[in-house]
Amino acid sequence: MSKGILAYGAYIPMRRLQRKAIVAANSWFNSALKSQAKGERAMANWDEDSVTMAVAAARDCLGERDRNEIGAVHLASTSLPFADRLNAGIVVNALNLPENVAGHDHSATQRAGLSALADALGAAGKSAILVTSAEKRRTKSASPLELSSGDGAAALLVGEGEPVAELVASASRTVDFVDHYRGENVAFDYTWEERWIRDEGYNKIVPATLRDLFAKAGARGEDIAHFVMPCTLAKVAGPIAKKAGIAEGAVRDTLAGVCGDTGAAHALVMFAHALEAAKPGELILVVAFGQGCDALLFRATDKIASVKPTRGVSGWLKRRREETNYQKFLAFNDNIEIERGMRSEVDKATALSSLYRNRNTITGFMGGKCSVCGTLQFPKTNVCVNPNCNAFHTQEPYPFADIEGRIMSYTADNLTYSADPPACYGMVQFDAGGRIMIDFTDVTPDEIDVGKKMDMVFRIKDYDPQRGFTRYFWKATPAA
Amino acid sequence: MARGIKDKVAILGMGCSKFGERWDKEADDLMVEAFEEALKDAGIEKNQIEAAWFSTAIEEQHVGKSGTPLAVALRLPQIAVTRVENFCASGTDAFRGAVYAVASGAADIALALGVEKLKDTGYGGLPQRGRGVLNSMWWANASAPGNFAQLAAAYRAKHNVSKEDLKRAIAHVSVKSHDNGSRNPKAHLQNKVTMEQVLEAPIVAEPLGLFDCCGVSDGSACAIVTTPEIARSLGKKDIISVKALQLSVSNGVEAQHNSWDGSHFATARVASKKAYQEAGVTNPREEIDLIEVHDCFSVTELVTMEDLHISAEGRAIYDVMDGFYDHDGTIPCQIDGGLKCFGHPIGASGLRMIYEMYLQLQGKAGPRQRAKAPRLGLTHNLGGFPHQNVCSVSIVGRYDR
Repeated sequence: MSKGILAYGAYIPMRRLQRKAIVAANSWFNSALKSQAKGERAMANWDEDSVTMAVAAARDCLGERDRNEIGAVHLASTSLPFADRLNAGIVVNALNLPENVAGHDHSATQRAGLSALADALGAAGKSAILVTSAEKRRTKSASPLELSSGDGAAALLVGEGEPVAELVASASRTVDFVDHYRGENVAFDYTWEERWIRDEGYNKIVPATLRDLFAKAGARGEDIAHFVMPCTLAKVAGPIAKKAGIAEGAVRDTLAGVCGDTGAAHALVMFAHALEAAKPGELILVVAFGQGCDALLFRATDKIASVKPTRGVSGWLKRRREETNYQKFLAFNDNIEIERGMRSEVDKATALSSLYRNRNTITGFMGGKCSVCGTLQFPKTNVCVNPNCNAFHTQEPYPFADIEGRIMSYTADNLTYSADPPACYGMVQFDAGGRIMIDFTDVTPDEIDVGKKMDMVFRIKDYDPQRGFTRYFWKATPAA
Repeated sequence: MARGIKDKVAILGMGCSKFGERWDKEADDLMVEAFEEALKDAGIEKNQIEAAWFSTAIEEQHVGKSGTPLAVALRLPQIAVTRVENFCASGTDAFRGAVYAVASGAADIALALGVEKLKDTGYGGLPQRGRGVLNSMWWANASAPGNFAQLAAAYRAKHNVSKEDLKRAIAHVSVKSHDNGSRNPKAHLQNKVTMEQVLEAPIVAEPLGLFDCCGVSDGSACAIVTTPEIARSLGKKDIISVKALQLSVSNGVEAQHNSWDGSHFATARVASKKAYQEAGVTNPREEIDLIEVHDCFSVTELVTMEDLHISAEGRAIYDVMDGFYDHDGTIPCQIDGGLKCFGHPIGASGLRMIYEMYLQLQGKAGPRQRAKAPRLGLTHNLGGFPHQNVCSVSIVGRYDR
């Protein structure tokens, strides 16, 4: 029994916005952007945010693993949908974890994801800690950040058991170095000059942290097989590695070309990606920068090959749809006032007392199974739906999130309000029993047909602009 | 089995407003328009009405709740007025209330009136409306056409029908109804359309195009009912009586249990069967002369032909294409133009269907009158969605006793 990373996973949204589309729309204003027109960035769907992506990454990490071992859930992000409502609590509910788990939100710095992991590694004992981190930042049109950012998430399960990687040592520094900031009630980042960030920030703070770490670990740069350090600036990670004696080939790809920088989540996204490639005994150094620096050194164990995420970073990167519509990106991120039409004006007030009563149904996608006839149904009700049973009070909770379903009927609707018309939805029938008329997501009308296998994903149901409330439910998407 | 209401209640008078975009009329104007026609037809005084049922559906954008809007609009003499709301079948359910009152002997003369102002929303299509606190948290973001459109996918899968064949059959439904509507001065839409127009119209919800959807209109319709004896004592000849009135309501099986295949209306099959039994009809394809169904969408009408046990299962598209349901066919369907041409002022539609039957059975339908005067007519009024709905079936006919 030792302590470390028991499982890992990630989530990258399917849409990949082509940087040349961003540049084509904006270079009239800032011609310097033309040099950044290469590659693509992950673009969350309108119904995704840091909470839904954290849930997706957690499911990718946990797979069919017993969730009862989890004693705490951390969520790290600078783009949490709620400033005051435990965002990790939504993740706990969506994963159907028991109520006797701890929940923590971490925020306010780009290293929040790695800090959360460091905290968890310190705290984890007999019960495991699920660390999730996700980011979907709003960025100004025509800003370099718009091009370099991507949306995504990672999740790591930390605890005692048979880890895939053990913590060797860690080091931290906290320095109030304000390379950028986002003030309260301000939507966008304010950023200082890149050369200064590089010279006074990364090049001074990171090496100092690494010196501490290597001293603690008794390790040397040349021992490092995987050097994970997110940085959107050019010529930073490589020179820092070189100075520390880390081989050039050990410096991990930042996924800039295929995903973009997922902010507070990115150190963990890159770490999850590195774990996919790591071999037993290899050292993985993970660094995150932001008002100081965290550096964690891991050693992959001989279990590294036996525990894999459901899809992992590589799998999600393959689930890819090219997006060239920059206007759609602006609309999804509420960066443009689009005429949504009168049908969008319907009041979306949520009765919080009702949501609480029904939290396992709505957030946990918990249906029922009749203890008399075994029929599955969603939602759970007092009377069994089976016309040949109709027993009262026999419904045992039954989770629907992970069972196989197929389309029974469907449509693509141009009339109803949708942030991404046409709204696709239909009746999905589960192989094990039960059905639901459900919204589809990450789908185009030509992909759907009767009989198509669908997976269930946790997404934003709708947003109440009057009261600033996001409500969540599950949707169906074409199966992997 | 209960004895039922066959021939216990006669229609004394009916009225129907002009349906359409009645920009210059308030709901009470439409109520008065329908009511005055009915009162004149019935040949009674307003104060002889002892109880009333008032159907409206979307109170948020309309007259509000309760029976008071009707009582106030008509200045009814402080009699019982009950508001009925049962989705889009509200009109027939108001009629059921009035008919049951007379059949039970609780009232000698009763009124059913339905009205809806749909055109005060500022946009096309049915108004957005509340779905309930909990439902709104998880129900699919579905519109009416989107819910009904799914019949097409499931019907095609079940009967192995190609997209093109189904699209042509439902297009024929709409072409036929527009043709019928062109002969009806009270219809909202009185224009004929071609197959090409229907097939090439913009898609509202796959595979339903613009012409596969009924209109959205303002309108009102009403019925005054009494016993056949009282009708006769008031000098009525050619009495039209109610033969059956059935309502079937989904209990969640379609929405939650895998026994329903999505291609038909479970409720319509139940309600029509019970109605035939109540009316003593054993072979509807032979005995029913005329039908008015809830053609909110063309595909609804198509599958309903099977749910009413008139077309055999899987055969509706052939009957439709053969003209079986055309105005000169064996059993005309929507001879007045249907919801397709009248639009669907929700509270009024069920009563509007019965109004047409009432005219046809008396031979008073003018240029669209069925040549051989029909003896038995069926109306089918549906509310909700294929997977969760309320379905009314009424049978009215000539009173022969």
